[in-house]
Amino acid sequence: MTYLAKSPWIIHYDASSCNGCDIEILACLTPMYDVERFGIINTGNPKHADIFVVTGSINEANREVIQNIYNQMSDPKVVVAVGICACSGGVFRECYNVAGGIDKLIPVDVYVPGCAARPESIIDGIVTALGVLEEKRNKHVSSPMVTDHGHTHRHRHAEGGAQ
Amino acid sequence: MINIVWAIVFVLVAPVIGGLVVGIDRKITAHMQGRVGPPILQPFYDVGKLFEKEQTVVNETQIFYAICYIIFMIFTGALFFAGGDLLLVIFALTLAQVFLVMGAFAANSPYSYVGAERELLQIMAYEPMVILAAVGMFVATKSFNVSEIASTTIPVVLLLPGIFLGFLYVLTIKLRKSPFDISTSHHAHQEIVKGVTTEFSGPSLGLIEISHWYETVFLLGFVYLFFGFNPLIGVAAVIIIYLLEILIDNTNARVKWQLVVKSSWLIAAVVSVVNLAALYYLSGGVP
Ligand code: SF4
Repeated sequence: MTYLAKSPWIIHYDASSCNGCDIEILACLTPMYDVERFGIINTGNPKHADIFVVTGSINEANREVIQNIYNQMSDPKVVVAVGICACSGGVFRECYNVAGGIDKLIPVDVYVPGCAARPESIIDGIVTALGVLEEKRNKHVSSPMVTDHGHTHRHRHAEGGAQ
Repeated sequence: MINIVWAIVFVLVAPVIGGLVVGIDRKITAHMQGRVGPPILQPFYDVGKLFEKEQTVVNETQIFYAICYIIFMIFTGALFFAGGDLLLVIFALTLAQVFLVMGAFAANSPYSYVGAERELLQIMAYEPMVILAAVGMFVATKSFNVSEIASTTIPVVLLLPGIFLGFLYVLTIKLRKSPFDISTSHHAHQEIVKGVTTEFSGPSLGLIEISHWYETVFLLGFVYLFFGFNPLIGVAAVIIIYLLEILIDNTNARVKWQLVVKSSWLIAAVVSVVNLAALYYLSGGVP
């Protein structure tokens, strides 16, 4: 077992979640579940994080943010989609502004379904992600740089100058 | 005078002790919050993990600054434990800190910038008190050499109670503990994302982490100097003071940087000047 699996640092991003799943993620940090006993730390900084935990689905406002966070994380990294919204769009799937689950934009490694996902299943999802993380490290998988070329909104921004 | 053996012992043993201290710190903190907490060896896992990660930096020079930071931090501690000149030790410590600040300024990121500026403010805040502590030790023991201060039979802490309290005050700043963790913070806390370390990732963050272990051991060694007259009391005092720092960390909210600078200057000015004046008066006016 590598050190990677003993010290997973996560970054949590609330895409268009209803906040139900976010509350459950925060519940994991409380004394009741205390994920720090597995070495899991919520960093809030993509450059320090190994696991990207996303709740909610993709819409126009957050697609650039999700790409940005994903691209800033250093390899090896995994993405965990928490809640049915993040997995597939859930009840918001048909909304005019929702593009669907997180995997429409970035590669997702672990899906944690549920509305809202329970803390136990979130912890289970993150532990599963650790296996994927180790596998990626052993195989030296380098994650792709995600960009959204087909997207007109993004194009207009890209012309503005180097970011 | 300079004792090379102690310097080598420091270089090899300090990261182990420092890592364990941080691990125990996290465990105690967790227990204080009613949690189980991570294993004691967690800091070592964290750093091991960081070295397994890919190095991504905005600016290549960041890596250089991170390496300089750890080199000068090791130099500081090694010189201290070898029994070198206390003033040179303090100078080297500042230099190490300045490299960290430059590393944070090297990346064009607002969080890293604010963190670096606050780190500079912190240096301004604790530096007078640390230098006054060295001056106080000189007045008490007639020597700037760590080897002589550590082996003195004079109860330094009884001569310098004010300076000792002032030093404890800035120790909280140096250990990056609440309420003074304004430039970056440890454990799972977040401040301006991660302050000075925001833009460091993977191995270079690991180096900064290891430097912090070295620094912790060096600072605890500095505390020991006040009790050099009796090793047993000295070690006990170091342990009690670290536990006290953990308690302060867990019972105080972070303050604004203005308060950090003003209060530490005020304490340095009042407490140590009164202490030094009293010492001069008692020793008959001649040092
Ligand atoms: S899955 Fe349910 S609880 Fe979670 S964000 Fe979607 S609607 Fe909210």
